[in-house]
Amino acid sequence: MNEIIAKEEIAPSTYGYDIYHPRIAKKRKAGQFVIIRTHDGGERVPLTIVGSDVQAGTVTLIFQAVGHSTKELAQLGVGDRLLDMAGPLGKATHIENYGKACVMGGGYGTAPVLPIADALKEAGNDLIGIIGARTKELVILEKELGAICSRLEVATDDGSYGHQGFVTDVLQKLIDEGEKIAFVLAVGPTPMMRAVSNLTKTYGTPTMVSLNPIMVDGTGMCGGCRVEVGGETKFACVDGPEFDGHEVNFDLLMKRQGTYKAEEQQASDHAAHCRVGLEAAR
Amino acid sequence: MSPKTETVPRQAMREQPPQERVGNFNEVPLGYTEQQALAEASRCLQCKKPKCIEGCPVAVDIPGFIALVQEGKFAEGARKIKETNVLPAVCGRVCPQETQCEVLCVLAKKSDPVAVGRLERFVADWEREHNVVERPHTAPPTGKRVAMIGSGPAGLTCAADLAKLGHEVTVFEALHEMGGVLVYGIPEFRLPKKILREEIDTLREMGVKLETSAVIGKLATIEELMTEEGFDAVFIGTGAGLPHFMGVPGENLMGVYSANEFLTRSNLMRAYSFGEKADTPIARGKRVMVIGGGNVAMDSARTALRLGADKVILAYRRSRDEMPARAEEIHHAEEEGIEFHLLTVPVELRGDERGWVTSAIMQKMELGEPDDSGRRRPVPVEGSEYEEPIDVAIIAIGAGANPLISSTTPDLETNRRGYIVSDPETGATSIPGVYAGGDIVTGSATVIEAMGAGRRAAAAIHQYLLGTKAEGQPTADA
Repeated sequence: MNEIIAKEEIAPSTYGYDIYHPRIAKKRKAGQFVIIRTHDGGERVPLTIVGSDVQAGTVTLIFQAVGHSTKELAQLGVGDRLLDMAGPLGKATHIENYGKACVMGGGYGTAPVLPIADALKEAGNDLIGIIGARTKELVILEKELGAICSRLEVATDDGSYGHQGFVTDVLQKLIDEGEKIAFVLAVGPTPMMRAVSNLTKTYGTPTMVSLNPIMVDGTGMCGGCRVEVGGETKFACVDGPEFDGHEVNFDLLMKRQGTYKAEEQQASDHAAHCRVGLEAAR
Repeated sequence: MSPKTETVPRQAMREQPPQERVGNFNEVPLGYTEQQALAEASRCLQCKKPKCIEGCPVAVDIPGFIALVQEGKFAEGARKIKETNVLPAVCGRVCPQETQCEVLCVLAKKSDPVAVGRLERFVADWEREHNVVERPHTAPPTGKRVAMIGSGPAGLTCAADLAKLGHEVTVFEALHEMGGVLVYGIPEFRLPKKILREEIDTLREMGVKLETSAVIGKLATIEELMTEEGFDAVFIGTGAGLPHFMGVPGENLMGVYSANEFLTRSNLMRAYSFGEKADTPIARGKRVMVIGGGNVAMDSARTALRLGADKVILAYRRSRDEMPARAEEIHHAEEEGIEFHLLTVPVELRGDERGWVTSAIMQKMELGEPDDSGRRRPVPVEGSEYEEPIDVAIIAIGAGANPLISSTTPDLETNRRGYIVSDPETGATSIPGVYAGGDIVTGSATVIEAMGAGRRAAAAIHQYLLGTKAEGQPTADA
């Protein structure tokens, strides 16, 4: 259990792992996540499940080595084992046939979009995909999403690939061109999800976003992941992680995601041998 | 009354001095010496009809084990307790003896009761420290398989009893360490984790399978455990793991924690050694306010102090008499300098532009008529509000029923508050073969009460598995 069967660096500092855990592989549904630990004393790190191979008993995770704990995770190789992996956690994505749906991924947030896109396609949706990244080499899963979506657009902040600009610019363009989009799903950095939600709200297009607040247990026991949706407090780990983007209080989410900034700073100051840090989810 | 009670006073337990202990996470009480244990045990009158046993939810043979202590047979004393209680080192530390066994001690009428809890702790520690812990006898395998959902006191007790009876038991724990609330909730300075781990090791030696990071309800449903994974019966002991918040403005500010989160970070994730042995951070407030008056509130307050707070305020909306915490915990908290602000409650938390909590708006309360719980209801005093500067707030006002199991088990009957409906005598739920006990049935209660529920359920599960009336209680062959 928990053995790393395959490892691939799919973009700079962005890794895909296939991890042996037949029960999670069998049970997981689109939109769910796992919580992993790499070593005793390590953080519990939530990572969205990208896919699974029931036959091989493996679960696919994609993450970017950005914080202390994901950097430690990136140090592991094929044959190593995660100390723990709990899941599948969270609610599965609500899937229905909307007609034409748009799936949007920002940065490595594109990874969790893939299983949801799969499920939406399966349900009969015609899919448009819009994925974005800072620069060309950070664009991931273009081929995989291209195979599912009838139209796939790519945007990069620096214009090194696809449209120059944000994914919202592309969405605006598609709407202006007359694409009749009935549903939007967006996963990525919080500012990106907020921008998408703000845009679709003006058109009244239902929009789901997958939130990544700080978590500890992932089972509803601690309430550290609380988010405000439609003025009510929800626990992202059990009530989500997906919520109606038009109802989410993104300002609060971003503030709370920064709770341990000082400790993260402490971690990077001591980077070499000091075990510190904090992973915001995913 | 026997002259003994006048000549030998109740033996005090050595403790780390308050000034010293607030700077570390080591255990506060240091336990009895052998001489103290002998002296304390000599106070027990060995009543013919002992009342103390009636006060114990698992009916430990209290005079029986104390008689062995009187003879200097300490390990035997521990084994006597283990006939009915698999976690004596834990219970000796966390049980509210003053409201259970000790309150019924005949000596309590005239002077101080026998220190049952301290003696229980002493024998369990003595047996462990002298490396003479014996693996309890287990009956030949019955071929029946039972799943425990949750590894807290209810599940561990139920598991041990069923293993003794020869059933194959698997304990599923959602977190990465066994022990449930004993690990994530109770701080190191009250229950050293090493002691808990060693008591859990005994279960492993008895052949109980322990699976961590197994979130039942998600990884497998109860129905799947019984149909696909071959379990003949299931015991649900998942605890009351859903923190309550107050519902006042500002509760989502940074620096505001549920006690569950604060304690989980410090206990399970060992955030107190952040930067050294642990990667999980925790906000170390200088002016911390804990809201609540139970054991969890005391644990949170004392943890905050050890994390370096200059001032820790414990705000409780009723008076000291209504505080649900154990007397010893209240005493320890006061000794350490926790400030009790009684009959006060925050009505709002305020923060700065970055979203960090900076103060609490407090309101004074007065006691009115008794409410449903029999305690006098706190009534707000109009115009009594004042502002208290704080940088961390910890909400310890209780927990509710976590819906992970009930929401994935359609036929499982729950009450309007989400707790599982089960027979108080047997733990039987609305589903045949599925039993439940502990906080997920009763709401937040004590470790020993959960253990009592685990024991009763084990007896009933044994009967169910044999398809007959049980011939003996689970302890018969212990």
